[in-house]
Amino acid sequence: MADIVVSEGHEPALEGTHLKHHFATAAQQMDADTLGMWTFLITEVLFFGGMFASYAVYRNLYLDAFASTSLYMNVVLGGTNTAVLICSSLTMALAVRAAQLSNRKHLQLFLILTMIFGAAFLVIKGFEYHDKWVEGLIPGIHWFGYPEFPQYAYHAEILFFLYFCMTGMHALHMVVGLGLLSYLLIQARRNIFGASYYTPVEMIGLYWHFVDIVWIFLFPLLYLIGYHLHLHHK
Amino acid sequence: MTVHAHIPKVGTLVAVWAALLVATGLTSTVAYFDLGWLNIVIALLIAVVKASLVVWIFMGVRHTTNLTKLFVVAGLVWLSIMVLITYSDYSTRSWNYQPQPWSHAAGNGPAAK
Amino acid sequence: MATLVHRSPEVEAQEVNYLNVEHGWKSWLLTTDHKRIAMLYVISITLMFFVGGLMAVLFRINLLEPEGLFSAETYNRLFSMHGIVMVFFFLVPSIPATLANFLIPIMIGAKDLAFPRVNLLSWYIYVLGAILTLYAVVRGGVDTGWTFYAPYSSTYSNSYVLAAAFGVFTAGFSSILTGLNFIVTVHKMRAPGMTWSRLPLFVWSNYATGLIQVLGTPVLAITLLLLAFERIAHVGIFDPNIGGDPILFQHLFWFYSHPAVYIMILPGMGVISEIVSCFSRKRVFGYNFVAFSSMAIAVLSFVVWGHHMFLTGESMYTGLAFSLLSFMVAVPSAIKVFNWTATMYKGSVQFDTPMLYAFGFIGLFTIGGLTGLHLATLGTDVATHGTYFVVAHFHYVMVGGMVMAFMGGLHFWWPKMTGRLYPEAWSKFAALIVFIGFNLTFFPQFILGYLGMPRRYHAYPPEFQALNVLSTAGASILGVGYIIPMVYFIWSLKSGPKAGNNPWGAAGLEWQIPSPPTTFNFDETPIVTEEAYNYGPLEEVVG
Repeated sequence: MADIVVSEGHEPALEGTHLKHHFATAAQQMDADTLGMWTFLITEVLFFGGMFASYAVYRNLYLDAFASTSLYMNVVLGGTNTAVLICSSLTMALAVRAAQLSNRKHLQLFLILTMIFGAAFLVIKGFEYHDKWVEGLIPGIHWFGYPEFPQYAYHAEILFFLYFCMTGMHALHMVVGLGLLSYLLIQARRNIFGASYYTPVEMIGLYWHFVDIVWIFLFPLLYLIGYHLHLHHK
Repeated sequence: MTVHAHIPKVGTLVAVWAALLVATGLTSTVAYFDLGWLNIVIALLIAVVKASLVVWIFMGVRHTTNLTKLFVVAGLVWLSIMVLITYSDYSTRSWNYQPQPWSHAAGNGPAAK
Repeated sequence: MATLVHRSPEVEAQEVNYLNVEHGWKSWLLTTDHKRIAMLYVISITLMFFVGGLMAVLFRINLLEPEGLFSAETYNRLFSMHGIVMVFFFLVPSIPATLANFLIPIMIGAKDLAFPRVNLLSWYIYVLGAILTLYAVVRGGVDTGWTFYAPYSSTYSNSYVLAAAFGVFTAGFSSILTGLNFIVTVHKMRAPGMTWSRLPLFVWSNYATGLIQVLGTPVLAITLLLLAFERIAHVGIFDPNIGGDPILFQHLFWFYSHPAVYIMILPGMGVISEIVSCFSRKRVFGYNFVAFSSMAIAVLSFVVWGHHMFLTGESMYTGLAFSLLSFMVAVPSAIKVFNWTATMYKGSVQFDTPMLYAFGFIGLFTIGGLTGLHLATLGTDVATHGTYFVVAHFHYVMVGGMVMAFMGGLHFWWPKMTGRLYPEAWSKFAALIVFIGFNLTFFPQFILGYLGMPRRYHAYPPEFQALNVLSTAGASILGVGYIIPMVYFIWSLKSGPKAGNNPWGAAGLEWQIPSPPTTFNFDETPIVTEEAYNYGPLEEVVG
């Protein structure tokens, strides 16, 4: 039966310290942890999915208004952030690999690099949010009425509502991710991880890659809607 | 079956990283030109390819169990169900339905104008 | 069967079990034992059940008089909070967090769930959600209905929408974690020889429920969050004033809330499979069909949500598709009813209390399900949407179905969970009271709805008074029927006769271990070699 995991007696003694009592073998524990993390990521897909569904509906209804918002979307910053997250995914994958090879120095290095990239992403996002505030594009709270395209004001407000919800949720997940990476770094310094036990590194890696994937979709959907219109600030 | 850990090669990871960056540049470049409805289609296709690379290689799904692959597919299918069916409500609201009378002998002609 | 030794009752009674292994509040509040967590949930959901029930009693009192005894405001808050408390804080967690939490590891031969600490966390999250919601209740509640429809809830309502929405949002995460735990446990923690086709159908049902919890609840979370942002920022995506669509809220809300009603029935169906087979002394007829039906219900439940929106503004063509799909989702439920009936045919049927509740379930769930088809039909739904017909329909499936199954399951596994037996005469009497009270409360509501009485109104035309009075009388009887078991269950904890391993002579791994079980369930991991429900040929059954 494919899902039954039976002990083969090959695991080294280190297993005993991380093996929880209700699991028969370390392999079973890792299988369960992996399936659990993927199940959790599926819940995240559906969670963000609600916002993507809303976006799809309104983009279809109000395409011109949505396209006009590209005037205010900084493709350079957005594109840079996309590249930053892609780099952080590489360093995260390299961190997992280092843990698998029991390379503590590299593990710490790549974890720190991932965190630096993550922090850079948030800093750039901070600049973008600041720009939105200055230009009065926060729906309901600080909205100057969309003076450049007044005919699209209402519908553009919907897009910006979705923009802040989606990027805000994403940023929140990044912050949580940074917290998790800090925890990993502390554990790595204590030499907890090695070839026989690196599950937390891999699990948090899966989470980090997922957050990257969300951004992979957010970038074209939020920043490039009306890029072909070549709208420019005066 | 037990999953024996697969350790990826550095070269593979770097290749994926490079491909992702190239794809990002590509999507921005294509978006610069007005291709009508193709813009969104190409943008989504590129995003799907990028996401697939991350899932398949970075997240290790290539070397994982069939069960995990099933779970990944299921998540995507459920997301599609929600988006597509909701979207279909809006896209079919404008379809007009003209009820036909039982018979013209009834006298009043078509029921709705 | 299992490799455990059957010991004598006297020895078992002195043994250490999960209840007495440790004492003190820390050993309960910081436990990771799935059985203790299940008992913590039993206490919390019982409390919430009586809170929700009290609201029902109050608004049924209001409905004694055609002009309504309370104000419309008060009435709106009462039925809204009744719905929120009963749906999210009683029905959704009920069987999964209590019975399934307790039994699934044992039924599959494991020592605990896959993630015991996540299990405890889910209980704390539930309690936090309950506190938030009770805060909303105490401050006056919400009047939006449990469905929180925008734009009333996002823009116009003056009630504690945010508090209630956050309470529900929080409880949703408890549900997600429970479902996640069950899914991983059933995949990865089965004992050697426990193949999927040997699993008790109770496990299949709760596994399918877990799938729904994991796939659907996150959408509720984001929907409530978007609603909250709208309410806080005074602008958003459900506001028609800026081009938003209230129907979008309904799409997102019902994408979860329709599958949620299957979260609220599938575990009950699992309980019925166990009870019917034990008290017919016969294996469940068509095991494969019943297992497959659980999965089919879980999948199909996600493509029928629009049947709640036939009249609110969705496209007619979408409505057509949803109507057809809603007919299809009824089929697997019907398959189960036929299979339970076939299980009883030529079985040796015993009328113990759990079986009485199972009989109640099968009959009342069938009525509820059939009336659902009436609502799934576009033409007849035009007349009955928003009337008491709908109210009666869902109470037949939720109360006549799920709550009866929960009571049946509690009575079936009480000896296992507590090591005590309850008084049989009182339990049968209470079951009868519940059945009578339930039908007296809700059958008149089918008639009222068909005659046109709308739901969610504090007043009604005078010609409907007689039926409303009958319904309120029924509700009082039903309430008594629920209080009696609380009394004798609590009594049994100290004074009930000790139960042995297997007072019902049932098949299943849980009946092979002591009552109550030890903390780690099994001394040695069982090796499973036989199918579930191996009751054997009837000639071998003694008495």
